[in-house]
Amino acid sequence: MRHAMNNHHRHIHITAIALGLGLFLSPWLGAQASSAESIGAQIAAKGIGSVPACATCHGMKGQGNPQANFPRLAGMGASYLAEQLTDYAAGTRNNPIMTPFAKQLTAAQIHDLAEYYAHLPTAKVPTLPTATTAQEKMAQDLLVHGDWSRTIPSCFACHGPNGVGVKPSFPALVGQSATYTEEQLNAWQQDHRPAGAGGLMAAVAKRLKPDEITAIASYLAKIPVQ
Amino acid sequence: MYKTPFVVPFFLLALLGQTAQAGVDTAIAQFSPPPDSAIPAGPFGDMVKLGKNIFNHTREYAPKYVGNSLSCANCHLAGGRLADSAPLWAAYPAYPAYRSKNKKVNSYQARLQGCFIYSMNGKAPPLDSDTLLALESYSFFLAKGAPVGDEKMSGRGFPKLPAPAEAPDLTRGKKVYEASCALCHNSNGEGRTVDAKVIFPPLWGKNSYNWGAGMHSVSTAASFIHANMPFGMPKTLTEQQAWDVAAYINSRPRPQDPRFKGTVEETRVKFHPNTKYDYYGQTIDGKQLGNPANTPPAGTVPK
Repeated sequence: MRHAMNNHHRHIHITAIALGLGLFLSPWLGAQASSAESIGAQIAAKGIGSVPACATCHGMKGQGNPQANFPRLAGMGASYLAEQLTDYAAGTRNNPIMTPFAKQLTAAQIHDLAEYYAHLPTAKVPTLPTATTAQEKMAQDLLVHGDWSRTIPSCFACHGPNGVGVKPSFPALVGQSATYTEEQLNAWQQDHRPAGAGGLMAAVAKRLKPDEITAIASYLAKIPVQ
Repeated sequence: MYKTPFVVPFFLLALLGQTAQAGVDTAIAQFSPPPDSAIPAGPFGDMVKLGKNIFNHTREYAPKYVGNSLSCANCHLAGGRLADSAPLWAAYPAYPAYRSKNKKVNSYQARLQGCFIYSMNGKAPPLDSDTLLALESYSFFLAKGAPVGDEKMSGRGFPKLPAPAEAPDLTRGKKVYEASCALCHNSNGEGRTVDAKVIFPPLWGKNSYNWGAGMHSVSTAASFIHANMPFGMPKTLTEQQAWDVAAYINSRPRPQDPRFKGTVEETRVKFHPNTKYDYYGQTIDGKQLGNPANTPPAGTVPK
């Protein structure tokens, strides 16, 4: 009984210390976390110099605009996003709209923007829509199981459950237009986009057939994102 | 028409070439397990499906017996179907078999118990429990048509790498790890999760396989890595890189050997005598591997 009391007291004591420490540290920690994000948030909302607000095309919440083929950025990993801006600036990932903007950003601004978008809510996909057509079944099978006879892993094995992404390096696949996804897979096939972290994505994309790319892109675009 | 004499022989040659190729393919043809769509309806099919779920999501479907964050499918890729990744269809027909590890004849279910005790750092599910029956049913299903008693099916286990040109080196291994593994398995081998779901499995630490698991042997890990890693990029590391990185991974802390004898030295002598490819009991970065003071416990399962 005495032991139990002691343990109980000790527990309260530790909790109190932890709480106190937390309260003491939280304004400082908060400021640390938010400074990068707030500069990122400013550029995202207002732009900087002749770089327009990212929100103009990518949406106020970074949700993208699939109808106009502007990709979703919200909740993507910071490493992935920073790598894309760096690649645009270097011209190794070439895009007539993004390259000139990315070239005007400093490394610190790229970092802050990537942090800002990484902290926006991640796509949520509770369930996959039923695959009805043969094309959709083929796409779902590749996304969920891959095809090991051609060393194609399941897309979701690296891009997370139902394609919501795995931070910081594997982007979400859902929430993008079919055109965007198809263009990216084709770009890897043709070496028009850097091979990606570890060279993984170019290697896997090159094993896909054209009709598989179309099927995957079109099925992914049909997945409702919360 | 005049082109025919040239065209036909060339065409024939091409055909012959194909036939010869097909002949070679047949000679080394790997067993091909039935597709999931062939799982029958009814109670047996239900048991196969349960086994498949346990295999792919072990912690979720067999929580009483799993002490870490791993799933069977983390090392047996493609749900136990992939050749050279210890496929179930090659293991199933090879049991019952004598195992020097426990010095007795093991049924297939007893072999599976070993996976839970060591690789899953958990507890053995009882023989004929639904957990083992389901895994056995799934294996039996995948092995349909495989030669019973064939212990050397092509694709079984991990293809054994020849001894390395240079002794495995931890400094080189760390570099390989950082360049080719950390992207997925994280900088301290802790893996990565999304909403508490394990996406990339932990390779060391309390949530990984313990000091008794087959994978703790540097030669086994090197063979697995060379044949299967990085994921989707098999055989892109050199053999030396596979040895080096396997040594690095297996010289990090991990849960205790469940056969622990009371002291590290006794346990090392009895179960880890191969100091060349086994780091148990060695002191790395100032800490003795396996020492209870800095080693997570064996067999921690949720209450």
